[in-house]
Amino acid sequence: MASLTFMDGILLIVAGWLLIGACGLLVMRRTTFVAHVLFPLGALLGIILVIVSLASMFAAPHTAVLPLGLPGLPFHLRLDTLASYFLFVLGIVSTGVSIFSAGYFRQGEGTPPGLMCLEYHVCLASMALLLLADDAYVFMVTWETMTLAATLLVIANHRIPEVRRAGFLYMLISHVGALGLLLCFGLLQANTGDYTFANMRAQNLDLFWGSIAFFLALFGFGAKAGILPLHVWLPEAHPAAPSPISALMSAFVLKTGVYGVLRVSFDLLHMQVWWWGGITLAIGLASALFGVVLSTVQTDMKRLLAYSSIENIGLIFSGIGLTILFRAYGMTALAALSLTATLYHVVSHACFKSLLFLGTGTVLHATGERNLGHLGGLMRFMPWTAWTALVGALAAAGLPPFAGFVSEWLLLQSFLFTPGLPNSFLNMLVPIVAALIALVGALAGYVMVKFFAIIFLGQPREQKLNNAHDADNWEKAGFVWLAAACVVLGLFPVQMMPVLDRVTHLLIGQGIGAAVAAGGSLLLVPITPERASYAPFVFALVLLACCLLAFVLVRRLFHGRFRRSVPWGCGYPFQSARMQDSAEGFGQPIREIFGPFFRMTRELPSAFDKTPRYKVTVEDPFWTLVYRPIVALTERIARLAGLLQHGRIALYLLYSFLTLLTLLLVVMQ
Amino acid sequence: MITLSGFFAQLLEIVLALAAAPLLTGWVNQCRAWLQNRSAPSLFQPYRMLRKLFYKDSILADHASPLFRMAPYIVFGCMTLACAIIPTLSTDLPLSPAADAIALVGLLALARVFIALAAMDVGTAFGSMGARREMLVGFLAEPALLMVLFSASLITKSTLLPSIVASLVHRELTIFPSLAFAGVAFAMVSLAENGRVPVDNPATHLELTMIHEALILEYSGRHLALLEWAASLKLFAYSCMGIALFLPWGIAEADHPLAMLLAAPILVLKLAVGGALLALVEMSSAKMRIFRVPEFLTSAFLLAVIGMLVHFLLGA
Repeated sequence: MASLTFMDGILLIVAGWLLIGACGLLVMRRTTFVAHVLFPLGALLGIILVIVSLASMFAAPHTAVLPLGLPGLPFHLRLDTLASYFLFVLGIVSTGVSIFSAGYFRQGEGTPPGLMCLEYHVCLASMALLLLADDAYVFMVTWETMTLAATLLVIANHRIPEVRRAGFLYMLISHVGALGLLLCFGLLQANTGDYTFANMRAQNLDLFWGSIAFFLALFGFGAKAGILPLHVWLPEAHPAAPSPISALMSAFVLKTGVYGVLRVSFDLLHMQVWWWGGITLAIGLASALFGVVLSTVQTDMKRLLAYSSIENIGLIFSGIGLTILFRAYGMTALAALSLTATLYHVVSHACFKSLLFLGTGTVLHATGERNLGHLGGLMRFMPWTAWTALVGALAAAGLPPFAGFVSEWLLLQSFLFTPGLPNSFLNMLVPIVAALIALVGALAGYVMVKFFAIIFLGQPREQKLNNAHDADNWEKAGFVWLAAACVVLGLFPVQMMPVLDRVTHLLIGQGIGAAVAAGGSLLLVPITPERASYAPFVFALVLLACCLLAFVLVRRLFHGRFRRSVPWGCGYPFQSARMQDSAEGFGQPIREIFGPFFRMTRELPSAFDKTPRYKVTVEDPFWTLVYRPIVALTERIARLAGLLQHGRIALYLLYSFLTLLTLLLVVMQ
Repeated sequence: MITLSGFFAQLLEIVLALAAAPLLTGWVNQCRAWLQNRSAPSLFQPYRMLRKLFYKDSILADHASPLFRMAPYIVFGCMTLACAIIPTLSTDLPLSPAADAIALVGLLALARVFIALAAMDVGTAFGSMGARREMLVGFLAEPALLMVLFSASLITKSTLLPSIVASLVHRELTIFPSLAFAGVAFAMVSLAENGRVPVDNPATHLELTMIHEALILEYSGRHLALLEWAASLKLFAYSCMGIALFLPWGIAEADHPLAMLLAAPILVLKLAVGGALLALVEMSSAKMRIFRVPEFLTSAFLLAVIGMLVHFLLGA
């Protein structure tokens, strides 16, 4: 085994995934075999990936050349700490999602299970290879494989027209983004014709071309990650896809965009310019605020989570923007802090969002409903789903001592200790930016209360919910794995810091590992112990002790008697489950306060209606602001081009003749 | 690194908070009654109330889930921990490095989320209305509170509450313009967070206006007692936070354990004045419509942000 490098290990895992996918193709319609043998095997490989990638964090970067691909264009691969870190996240997510999928996929879901298995494992394998890619060629090939596999997974229920439409939208935006990436790599190789990343690292672009390359990358990777205004595919694709696929996409496919931005802006490009960071920060904050506000008013549970993903991606991009900003001004210690926060949010978002999406999958199977207005009271019937979803919701709301809080805390710390940027204009913006992040965090709490309470708490809003059944054992295992990750990441950030330290050292040459190590094994100390510290484990322990002590004392000193009774109806005997707050009702205050964020149409009943109807629709304004004008423009151009096309060969020959004539004239001059 | 005196200070602080919090509520109620020309209830009325409730049976709604029964203990635990990390008597608190100002805000948010979830658990119109309103107040008040704490930590270059207090004590007696803005914002936030007039009225059960009472409408017996106690603890925590940030003088510091003896009467005095002021504010303002609450809280939020901006502009 000594001769086996980490790179070989990861390549073996990739090969294993591909093999599992191929097996799926052989047993196309044998659901039980695919579910109970192939998917768990994939999960096992995921666990191995977690271990191998964690171990490889502490090894030196390793390169390899695979004799695959076109003649003269072999695959260059490189395993450095950034790739290892993202592989680690991929391992955690894929394990949870694969185990869950073992119980989730059943007969008759459109695409046969064997084919799903192939698409799913090809998607995993391409993402792992993408992270290893060390030249633009492999990168683009794996990037496109990932997009195609993900599109096919999204349209698993391809008999429904909306699903096909969502898949098309996803593929379209991804490809427009990929165009940006191709151009970006074209610029980065600086006319040398050598597309390896090693060559790109050696080039020194001037400011103009560097900026263009950076913004092309931001555009291309942003389209995949779902930043404003390229986010419109997320709320369509997530509800359309089967839930494990939504989970995988939200947790990791979006993160490949983050990986790409980090790779290009800190590894391949050598310079960081302050206004790149400023613009990234602005886009990130806009996405975060827009995403969280829109998610509060959604009535479809998966669409709500999709907008919440936009919010989290927005926070991650704000962190990247801030890092670029600090780096541009040479404040490397702060850059390390904000980069650490960003990377921590990548893993915590991956865990809690996949957990929540998997939860919606079980709810969907148990009830057949995605609409929040038809759910409610499921905690009694589905305790496993509900309690693990509660952990996910608390982590997503950024509450201590769960995973989401650590990254929020680190990000706010990096704002707070801006000791004065040299640019006074930016300095003025710091409080406003910090205020926006705090607002986004608080609104995330609102969203998660809405999400959890309307689905799982209260009384069932429909009769059929009384027959809802809980998750099966495979699904429970997936929940527990991811919920445990949310708790562990929340309680032991200090133990994660040496890992993140390796990544920040690679990207910006500094980390906060030393400061954290000086704080001991319990205290998370980002800069110095006098400035700030947070000990989540102690925090959780004392909180738990307080609660338990209160419980024991109350029981000892008084009693534990209780009676059951009907809830108090204020003297009104005709209370029904429909009088609880609906999803629309819970979002109403936000609709009033943040009115300009939406395109809202309301139908109010008049006093004389026999059957009064109240209808409110809330639409994403970007469709009317950006996309419909683009569609209209494209159609107009197509119509103009159509004037030339008549389908008669003679006419086309005439065009060719005229073109030749014009060219000849040009040449003669 | 935990000293014996620090340990005792910490323990004393928790015990003091648990014991004195209902007293503060009683004092505010008494002041309010006097200002309303009513004969006031005894200062110890809240304790009698708690005792009565603890002895009563709890009544649970038919389909209340375990979350409903857990929530009072969690909320109570959160508020106890919050009181433990806010320096009241001494700045030598061994627990304080575990949770700084941002974690404190997170802790208060955790309590809020649990009480809102519990309110929605029974599935009555009241509970969910209360939860929605509480979260509405929360999502505006929480960032405003964070901004207030940020203003203080920008001045003192620390987010740890004891360090903030310790360095605010040692400054000369000048008014920081940023802290002035933050102070106004903090007062507004505390009114909203503690369910006080003009945002909420602790003495009403009128469904159109109430927030906090609607949340805990389904609770009874020991669960209600814990929630009422937690509400008192929250008022106590906010009062102490206000004192620590804006009037920290008189607090005992790490190297003077005996100074706590002196710090206690000073704290009582400050709390008494603060409670009377709170009653006065409540008496002299009218309850506003729920639709106006976002405006009120948005102005608090903006004031707090302006406070931070002023700090960056003037460096103070």
